[in-house]
Amino acid sequence: MMSDDSEKPVADPKPDTKSSPPPKPDTKSSPPPKPDTKSSPPPKPASKKPEEKPIELPAFEKGISDKLVEKFGDKVEVGFVKKDRVRINISKENIHKVAEFVRDALNYDHVESVTGVDFPTDKEIEVVYHVGSYTDSSLARQILVLATRAPREENPIPGQDSTRLPSIRDVFYSAEFGEREVFEMLGVYFEGHPDNRRLLLPEDWADLPPLRKDFAIKGR
Amino acid sequence: MLKDLITPENANVFVGKLGDILEKAIDKPLGYAINWGRIWSLWPVHIETACCSVEFGAASSPRYDVERFGIIEAFGSLRQCDLIVVQGTITRKMAPRLRLVYDQMPEPKYVIAMGACAITGGLYFDSYNVLPGIDGVIPVDVYVPGCPPRPETLIQGCMLLQEKIKRMKARKIV
Amino acid sequence: MTAELPPGLALQKADERIMTLNVGPQHPGSGHMRIVVQIDGDYIVACDPDPGYVHRGEEKMAEYRNYITNIPHLERPVIHDSCNILYPYVLGAEEILGIEVPERAKYVRVIASELNRCIYTMYWLAIYGIFLGHSTMFMWPAGDRELLIDLMEKMTGARVTHAHFVPGGVRNDLPPNFEDTCLRQVNYFERRIKEYAAVFYDNPVLISRTRGTGVLSRQDAIRLGTTGSVLRASGIDYDLRVKEPYDVYDELDVHTNVMKEGDSYARSRVPWLDMMESCNIIRQALQKIPKSGSVRTKLKPNPKTKGPATVYKRVESGRGSLGCYIVSDGKPEPYRVKMSVGSFRNLIALPYLLKGEKLGNMPSVYWSLNYWPVEADR
Repeated sequence: MMSDDSEKPVADPKPDTKSSPPPKPDTKSSPPPKPDTKSSPPPKPASKKPEEKPIELPAFEKGISDKLVEKFGDKVEVGFVKKDRVRINISKENIHKVAEFVRDALNYDHVESVTGVDFPTDKEIEVVYHVGSYTDSSLARQILVLATRAPREENPIPGQDSTRLPSIRDVFYSAEFGEREVFEMLGVYFEGHPDNRRLLLPEDWADLPPLRKDFAIKGR
Repeated sequence: MLKDLITPENANVFVGKLGDILEKAIDKPLGYAINWGRIWSLWPVHIETACCSVEFGAASSPRYDVERFGIIEAFGSLRQCDLIVVQGTITRKMAPRLRLVYDQMPEPKYVIAMGACAITGGLYFDSYNVLPGIDGVIPVDVYVPGCPPRPETLIQGCMLLQEKIKRMKARKIV
Repeated sequence: MTAELPPGLALQKADERIMTLNVGPQHPGSGHMRIVVQIDGDYIVACDPDPGYVHRGEEKMAEYRNYITNIPHLERPVIHDSCNILYPYVLGAEEILGIEVPERAKYVRVIASELNRCIYTMYWLAIYGIFLGHSTMFMWPAGDRELLIDLMEKMTGARVTHAHFVPGGVRNDLPPNFEDTCLRQVNYFERRIKEYAAVFYDNPVLISRTRGTGVLSRQDAIRLGTTGSVLRASGIDYDLRVKEPYDVYDELDVHTNVMKEGDSYARSRVPWLDMMESCNIIRQALQKIPKSGSVRTKLKPNPKTKGPATVYKRVESGRGSLGCYIVSDGKPEPYRVKMSVGSFRNLIALPYLLKGEKLGNMPSVYWSLNYWPVEADR
């Protein structure tokens, strides 16, 4: 299973390298936190000192990501496999299918948090679901991170522009308030969400969605 | 003579004049008595605006017991209240509601701004949703600094307010 | 059909009977939020919580401050549980900054966070008493929590806003003789909260008001993604201190309190049982704590990160699982900080629980969700 340990970048293995054709463009496969568009292949999120000793991939977490890769092939892309945390990057067309698979076959049953992150340099807004499980005791400490990206508009009109994502509220009911929050804080409209109303901001808020990076707070 | 002067149409004018005369005659002693009554029965509105409400709750607890200084525990109906303790941050969503609450209270009414956020915005001076102090929304009588103020500080603020009321003019004799 | 009926006997349509009520934000039974309820007579047919009255933009502010200066404002959402709300952020920042925590500091953190959980729960219990019109239950917990606040004040120097946890440990070492004082106070505290059973938890008035109201079944608790005492009151054995032990919780013996009923009574009883468990944990930690040693790995005022990373850490707070998602792009300031708080996650259960409930039960159901509005709004 883990034959290519020797030349692997330390803590950020790409298990999809064997299932999908290796020469994938790096611009798509680099994980979310990009300060700029430098596409150096080994982004090392959590490793101590790189190239000191190759970290053994946790087997259980590897199994989860393997199941997803096996099912969806190159539609999903494994962001990282760390202890208790698996990150899957998905395009927005497939997020609903992946969520259904995660619920039905992998026994995850609730969304812990829905986070929107703005990446102006990529012209994309990332929405991250942290999915956990109460029913399956072997998954109790696991968090599956499903990340998807929506296009970002320079002059947003929340709800009416192309910043849209399919809602997974019908799969995970617990994502309801989180998606509402992401809609008002970043302007990502969730298609299929029955209740895309404002949640936390004042009713007369007419400014940019506040968590976008181009919304500057006063004095900064 | 007097009977001819007073008609049902202008009766209220004479009543008002009578009130003026009365006020002039007994303003000072009666005003003192009224103020004395107001000092020892301040009723705060039960409106929490942010996290300072924890310390406001602690001030009513047995250890601090703000009630012995005549500040009653927070009360639900604002028509019977005469004190707002603004317990912390006022956000842009809360500000119209705070003004609404203030406007519905009967005169006389007093305001204590509790905590740094209510005074200047405090820690949230650069937040996009927080007002820089509540002065622009309602007039403030006493400022109680701290983040959050200790219950002792709040009690001192209440006592300062009582001092202030003592020196105020009791405007209307009802 | 209705036209043929004699006057006065015509049936009213349900839509005409339904009335919309705004409860809050100035209401003794609402806290810092508004609950829009639609009532038919005395029964709630729909409910729409409207939070956001204390939304202060913490997550936006966190993007402009570095990992150390973020601490004071990130603890403000729950000032009476400030150690716990800082805990996941500090754990995440430690991973991003790449620093180790001394062993003694881990124990100090556990003691501080358990004391804080009791302080939070006592305040919650006091307000629960107010909501039910039970004045004794306001006075007793509000007075008894001062004991533990004294302890925390001795430990950290502040009454409620401690800012005690920093990346790399805790700010100060324990004061001299703290262990003895802590043990004595905690023992007294535990004896004292056991007395609450007589006046509150075994009180027939409380039982008749909360038993069977707002029942959240096991399936729905999972489906709605509730957390903390709400989840454990619905019969799910899930406590992050046991399931995903952080710091030194794996060396301590933690018992999870689970109740099966899922009604308001169970939800109000589980935090009370958790407080006794906290006392147990504090006693164990006081025994096992290393007697000397450093409590803080010193950092520079503007510490450097190790490069781009994303971290999701979670702890069990007074209101349930509390997660912190930090995205770092290698700069001294975090790129994005998201607090996934228990109150916000439990709020989704409120419209569900209130449907079909009597209006008079609204405060007891609402506050039994272990909800703190300031935290939910952030």
